[in-house]
Amino acid sequence: MLHNLIKQAAADIAVAAPSRRSVLMGGGALVLGAMLPIRVRAEDAAGPKIVGPTDPRPHAFVRIAADNTVTVLVKHLDKGQGIMTGLATIVAEELDADWAQMRGEFAPANGELYANHMFGIQGTGGSTAVTNSWDELRMAGAAARAMLVATAAQRWSVPAAEITVEKGVVKHAKSAKSATFGELAEDAAKQPVPAKVTYKDPASYSLIGNTALHRLDHISKTNGTAQFALDVRRPGQVTAVLARSPRFGGTVKSVDDKAARQVAGVIDVITLPIGVAVIAKNTWAAMQGRQALTVEWDDSKAEKRGTEQMIADYRALADKPGAKAAAKGDAAKALAGAAKVVEAEFVFPYLAHAPMEPLNATAQLTQDGGCEIWAGSQFQGVEQKVAAGVLGCKPEQVKINTLWAGGSFGRRATPDGDYIAEAVTIAKAYPKAPVHLVWTREDDIQGGRYRPLFLHRIKAGVDASGKIVGWDQRIVGQSFMAGTLFEPFMVKDGVDSTAVEGASDMAYTVPNLAVDYHLTKSPVTTLWWRSVGHTHTAYAKEVMIDQLAKAAGKDPVAFRADMLQDHPRLLGVLKLAAEKAEWSKPLPQGRFRGVAVHESFGSFVAHVAEISLNERQQIKVERVVVAIDCGQVINPDVVKAQMEGGTGWGIGHALRDQITLTDGVVDQTNFDSYEPMRMSDMPVVEVHMVPSTLRPTGVGEPGVPGAAPAVANAYFSATGKALHVLPFAGAGAV
Amino acid sequence: MIRLNINGQEREVDVPADMPLLWVLRDELNMTGTKFGCGIAQCGACTVHIDGTPTRSCVTPVEAAAGTAITTIEGVQGKAAQAVQAAWQKMDVVQCGYCQSGQIMSAIALVAENQNPSDEDIDAAMDGNVCRCATYQRIRAAVKDAAKTMRA
Ligand code: FES
Ligand code: FES
Repeated sequence: MLHNLIKQAAADIAVAAPSRRSVLMGGGALVLGAMLPIRVRAEDAAGPKIVGPTDPRPHAFVRIAADNTVTVLVKHLDKGQGIMTGLATIVAEELDADWAQMRGEFAPANGELYANHMFGIQGTGGSTAVTNSWDELRMAGAAARAMLVATAAQRWSVPAAEITVEKGVVKHAKSAKSATFGELAEDAAKQPVPAKVTYKDPASYSLIGNTALHRLDHISKTNGTAQFALDVRRPGQVTAVLARSPRFGGTVKSVDDKAARQVAGVIDVITLPIGVAVIAKNTWAAMQGRQALTVEWDDSKAEKRGTEQMIADYRALADKPGAKAAAKGDAAKALAGAAKVVEAEFVFPYLAHAPMEPLNATAQLTQDGGCEIWAGSQFQGVEQKVAAGVLGCKPEQVKINTLWAGGSFGRRATPDGDYIAEAVTIAKAYPKAPVHLVWTREDDIQGGRYRPLFLHRIKAGVDASGKIVGWDQRIVGQSFMAGTLFEPFMVKDGVDSTAVEGASDMAYTVPNLAVDYHLTKSPVTTLWWRSVGHTHTAYAKEVMIDQLAKAAGKDPVAFRADMLQDHPRLLGVLKLAAEKAEWSKPLPQGRFRGVAVHESFGSFVAHVAEISLNERQQIKVERVVVAIDCGQVINPDVVKAQMEGGTGWGIGHALRDQITLTDGVVDQTNFDSYEPMRMSDMPVVEVHMVPSTLRPTGVGEPGVPGAAPAVANAYFSATGKALHVLPFAGAGAV
Repeated sequence: MIRLNINGQEREVDVPADMPLLWVLRDELNMTGTKFGCGIAQCGACTVHIDGTPTRSCVTPVEAAAGTAITTIEGVQGKAAQAVQAAWQKMDVVQCGYCQSGQIMSAIALVAENQNPSDEDIDAAMDGNVCRCATYQRIRAAVKDAAKTMRA
């Protein structure tokens, strides 16, 4: 059978590993540098380069059982983006399986077998899951198919070339013999793995690109049976909540836990360097216990500024040149000679990810000094190391069970494995039982790891013919790479590439471009947030472009198209969105529209937003037309869902979300004050995909960057007012 | 001991009277289909039916639920439930899925009562259910599809 052979595969990989590692991992050093600003360029996408190992490894990814089910081992976390479905589709296609027999299962933590080839370690992020799995899963599917065919050929004594496979049935027409995968599986597993396989011609795909396939999780997530990390129930487990400093950078000074210990159900209270852990029989008791604690915090090293002060500090920095992120031509000179100059200052607030399932993890120490973890694990490679560091064991002694994650948006992947480290630290201090650490929503909203606060100052100008001649941009904000193991790769000469991506590499034809960056520091913790740097750079760029188009007296779509002549894929989605939104036709009375186009994570997306205004001139987003080019589309409906969700995410936060601080304490606490987008805010989203057979690229993030600026541009066209400070509610536009 | 009727079954729990029903379900009875999202009646992830009415179990003291008929996602049945779950499945509404137990509980109550909901009716009935993945467009379509099944 092809199942249960992961161990054997692991041994194979171990033998093959050194040479492969040296290629993949840059001679031993972890190539974590690829983590975020991954730009699978058009030329790479078309090229023959294989991402990852070049030999098929069916045993690592495919299990065929006697009951005729085919299970794909999914090395990436599915946090809603549909990757379990996507990766299973790739295997099923090359295997010629029937979609109904496909299953998915999260792979165990195993860096040798399941590294993300763009990270060098096991982990999910940067919209890389499909693009880095594309080759290995096509190979795995094709190899498994060849092994099934070889088995049938031997069993029936017929030439393999005469055997066909269709919808999970292996057939030999001449002898009228046929067998299911399940009937062949056990013998097929004993076949040698072919050294080379041939892929199907995309023209013959029946599952890839098929709009009728259902997601693998469409039933378990509608009847309450899908298991999330928060649903883990280990025998004898206890629940822990942690009291953390209300100010970032604060530490425990003194604790009075008498009242907390009196709370029914509270088992123990443990003061740790990370905070005060309340261990209880159940979540409610733990929360009640924490409320009864009296903790005095040492704020001597904590952030005590409010957001207003921080913005004032950023403003002062923006007056001075920063580290150079882009310097093309002479922007200052070009601007001095420009016919018209537009200046703007943009402010982007801190934002929380607030995934629907609050952060949580269960940790249980094991006899050998290691531990077992149950979590919606997104960065297995980091978490194994972090947990090993806490326990003083080897990373291999940390077993991670990955479960469905109730959203992440970047939050579950941290360079220091934050909440996993907390769970393991508490389990080490309370080794008697499995410990389930649960964050409340308040912990989450006030707990940091925010999209950083950013301030941009832009000065750009057009010449008399309406062409952009110069663009000078200063970006001020924290780097979430600084101080982490990613810093050496991501921060060069004072520039964090994730803070300037989307700005320093502007696609528009701008002959003189200067982008500077000021890296600021604060104990407030920050993190990548769905679409990372593009969350602010795309907004500033696209809103500015509309202002420049107006200054030049040009139509926003035509103005952009003129400057994208060297970027056919961006131009393609711009034209497609404009055409589908009927850009050239007038809108009904009271409707206004705006456009934005942006490349991120190797995918190209254009948004055309249509809004109306109420009597108080407040925005209602009515409709958004999205066009995307993400290469070969694996699951059209999943791509559509990600564009819908990404658009909602971008717009939802722009409307009214911000995290602010007063004297260093976060003002928002829960969904009453950090107001999520709701049903009545959601526009109709229409999605159009550019047909392509280029290497597939990600869709989890690229739907976000252009959504908010398209809405802002619609508002600009309606009112003549550009929205430079987010959220829109601040300007009374919501 | 507090006696509860959950999905037609009598259950006894030994918990403080003010413990929210959500935690009784999840932690005492291991019925984890009902989700925790906010704890303050702002997200709807914890929605159950109490005597048929969608109710946020995170702010419902267990004592208040005694003597009522409680229905959770694990126990939904009948025409409206079938129509809603089938519509959700047909349209692949779910993304992360974490909010969907609550969405479905609210939707069942809506279509059971209103078999031809307008967009405004849907906004009113569903605005209390947050979906961070923003599956709202599909939820709206699925509610309409389920209502259509109810009318048939
Ligand atoms: S958990 Fe009850 S409404 Fe959010
Ligand atoms: S599907 Fe993820 S929160 Fe709704």
